[in-house]
Amino acid sequence: MKFKLFLILFVLYSQSIFSEEKKIDPNSIHKNLRCLVCQGQTISDSNSDFAQTIKLVVKDLINEGKTEEEIYSFMSDKYGEWIVFKPELNMHNSLLWILPYIALIFGGFFIFGLIKKRQ
Amino acid sequence: MLSNLGNSILFLCVILSLSIIYFANQSLKTPEGKISKIIYQFSLVQSCLIIVCFFTLIAAFIVSDFSLITVYQNSHTSKPILYKISGTWGNHEGSLLLWAIILTIFSFLFLVYNNNHPKKFRLLTLIVQNILILGFLFFILFNSNPFSSLVPAPNEGLGLNPILQDPALAIHPPLLYIGFVGSSIYFSAAIASLISNYSSNSFSLSIKNWVLVSWCFQSLGILVGSIWAYYELGWGGFWFWDPVENASLLPWFAMTALFHSLIVFERRNIFYFWVIILCLMTFILSVMGTFLVRSGILNSVHTFASDPSRGLYILSFLSLMIFGSIFLLFKKYKTENYNLNQNSKETFILINNWFMMFYLVTVLLGTIYPIFTDAITNNQISVGPPFYNTIIIPIVVFFLLFMAVGPRVKWIKNKFEDLKIYIFILIGSLLINFLITYFLESYSILSNLIIISALFLISSSLVDGIKELKKNRLDYARIISHASFGFLVLFIGLNDIFSIEKDYNIKLGETKKFENYSIKFQTLDLKEFSNYKAVVGELEVLNTDTNKKNILNPEIRIYDNPQTLTYEASIKSNFLRDYYLTMSNIDRSDYYNIKFQRKPLMIWIWISVVMIVIGGFLRIFTNAKSN
Amino acid sequence: MQKATKVLIILFLIFVISIFYISLNRDTSYNTSSLINKELPEFEISFFNEKKFYKNNDLKKNNYTLINFWASWCAPCRTEHPILMKLSQEKNLKIFGVNFKDKKIHADQFLKELGNPYAFIGKDINGKQSVRFGIYGIPESILINKNLLIMKKFVGPLSSDDLSQIVEIIN
Repeated sequence: MKFKLFLILFVLYSQSIFSEEKKIDPNSIHKNLRCLVCQGQTISDSNSDFAQTIKLVVKDLINEGKTEEEIYSFMSDKYGEWIVFKPELNMHNSLLWILPYIALIFGGFFIFGLIKKRQ
Repeated sequence: MLSNLGNSILFLCVILSLSIIYFANQSLKTPEGKISKIIYQFSLVQSCLIIVCFFTLIAAFIVSDFSLITVYQNSHTSKPILYKISGTWGNHEGSLLLWAIILTIFSFLFLVYNNNHPKKFRLLTLIVQNILILGFLFFILFNSNPFSSLVPAPNEGLGLNPILQDPALAIHPPLLYIGFVGSSIYFSAAIASLISNYSSNSFSLSIKNWVLVSWCFQSLGILVGSIWAYYELGWGGFWFWDPVENASLLPWFAMTALFHSLIVFERRNIFYFWVIILCLMTFILSVMGTFLVRSGILNSVHTFASDPSRGLYILSFLSLMIFGSIFLLFKKYKTENYNLNQNSKETFILINNWFMMFYLVTVLLGTIYPIFTDAITNNQISVGPPFYNTIIIPIVVFFLLFMAVGPRVKWIKNKFEDLKIYIFILIGSLLINFLITYFLESYSILSNLIIISALFLISSSLVDGIKELKKNRLDYARIISHASFGFLVLFIGLNDIFSIEKDYNIKLGETKKFENYSIKFQTLDLKEFSNYKAVVGELEVLNTDTNKKNILNPEIRIYDNPQTLTYEASIKSNFLRDYYLTMSNIDRSDYYNIKFQRKPLMIWIWISVVMIVIGGFLRIFTNAKSN
Repeated sequence: MQKATKVLIILFLIFVISIFYISLNRDTSYNTSSLINKELPEFEISFFNEKKFYKNNDLKKNNYTLINFWASWCAPCRTEHPILMKLSQEKNLKIFGVNFKDKKIHADQFLKELGNPYAFIGKDINGKQSVRFGIYGIPESILINKNLLIMKKFVGPLSSDDLSQIVEIIN
């Protein structure tokens, strides 16, 4: 019985999960770009002239059929890595992306060690 | 005149601190007996004086005494009285005075409320705390003196940044400071406990309420800050993973880990050194946050006027604290003999700490990593919301599941007898989540998982509550906090998934339509107020499904002193959703840029946080009762 | 605790604090200096007066080109204008002015009033082209050589120091 219920749920889920086709939302891109002339604002939040221009360019790039990643690399090509809020996974950012997980795994081992000591 | 008064009081406070240290040190030589009255008296006088000193500064702000540089730079005669007062702590110098007050008052209260702990421990705590107080007093006196005078006194001040003239921002700093400056007292207590070898579990009784008090206020401070950011910055968000926000979150993680492991320490007398490390870490992170914010080495939304000399002073102070603590810790550290079962409450609380440390490391790393890449490789990078969301959110799912199961686990050794209940709760959560996704159409796998685990936490907390109620042993504090945390994650998740955001360039008289909404730009008025002019738009938001109309009035304000342009969001909120609208002018055109957002369940996010804090306060009261 | 762990922890903390110390005296404001020594991107900027386009190849004829982004509504552009006028005397250098988000009448008026230092002028009405050059606020100027390699970037109005630097590079 339980198994059936799970199966039904799973089928229904997979419909709701996979049915939508992926569209690029310009706003989600704006949210990941830094407004260079503002204090720490995103392009989406900013009213500045610069932000308006970038929004136009992002719109063009989407129409050209560029993917989200391509748009970010276009921007960081022009303005440096500073403009994207999600740092690329490259040589000098590798520690940033990996260290949290190392901390997580290390913590896990540590706790595991404490428990095991007793046995 | 006020300048001299303030300076002399500060000077007196320095002398008092020195004498307290001296007397406490004398008193240490006689291990028996009570702490002499003179120390109590001095401590009381010190607290009163620093409060008087603060009131002196407030008075200077109220009467607009521009002979003080701080008042001149941050106030203006035309400002409403409330913001003249809140301007006192809305700037670097004044806020440091607030630091000093909290350090001093906590020092006095800790002395008074811990009669049944060893004399040596209490005296040492007092000494360490007074060293901290001295450090800040010197900083205030020699580097950031709020009483520095300006000759000749100008007739008018420069004014306070208008976005800071706000009731939420008036109470935000005091709340936050009680939180992270309050953590100083258990820093001092931890040092004292290490020196005096006071390592039995009764040590936890001396600090646990202080940890809870600081945690509650820290949470409230963060909440008020977020609410302010939500309605004042006009971006529709409430958390931006900005360095300054992160700086307030770091000690919060450490505090949360701390009061959970204190439960184990008190009950089982294990994890002493871990508790000490967390005590030290909380305050060190607080001071480090202050360093990052005030020295200006980070690029942030929330600017404080920055100055490298301040940074240098705080950095030296921070280094002294860090190396002092490390030295002492290394000297006293002994390997403890743990006796842990994998299925026991101890282990689950350890798991809580494990996650807290993970969050802490992630946020800390994200905050300071750009400093490192810039200094080492000359490469400037930005670490923003996408980084934190990618790393943290998937882990939150597991955290919530553990959080749901943990409290039901027994001390020392547990057996899961009621596995069935969990399966029921899980199926229930899956069903509810399915209904939500089916009717409201969301599709990301991760957001589904977040909602399921949040529902799982909520329902198992509630089931717990009902069970305990039957046995008449209801632990209100924990049930409320844990369930509310589940609600918080749930509402944030739903809010994030079902928000609508639309951006248009629109002219007067135009109408824009999307989904089931239509927005009409009706009128535009110019209004004059006492200290600003405002361009007020009137936009009608029509929900074509329900035919309900809402009028929203976003503003563009032009303030005089200092000359600033601000954009005021117009928010219409009810229990189901907020409508949020901002308007800005586009240079050299007659179009206006409007941003419309529908944010579901916004109010419930705030309520959940308040409930979490209420849980914290309830715990303090039950602790006080049982003592 | 083992000695090695202790030493490691202390070394790590010293490292963090010294980085903080170094960063205290660094300028945190952002610049696009990372673009220097890169090749000029592909562009297509329309003529000021005609329906034609300037492309990369048009700049290969010059020994050195200074691409200057300006507008009549931009106050700092006024302050740097005399420097551009001086630079226009240099034989080795051509100045390519890109009129940024401006109205033509105002731009003409501006040049009539202050003089025209530009060997050629293009316009970027909505600012999209300037994004290709990594421009985020005007005035900005980019100095390139014959091979279209970016030699130097100037953010904000050109100063007389910048003037002498440019003269030094091109001669």
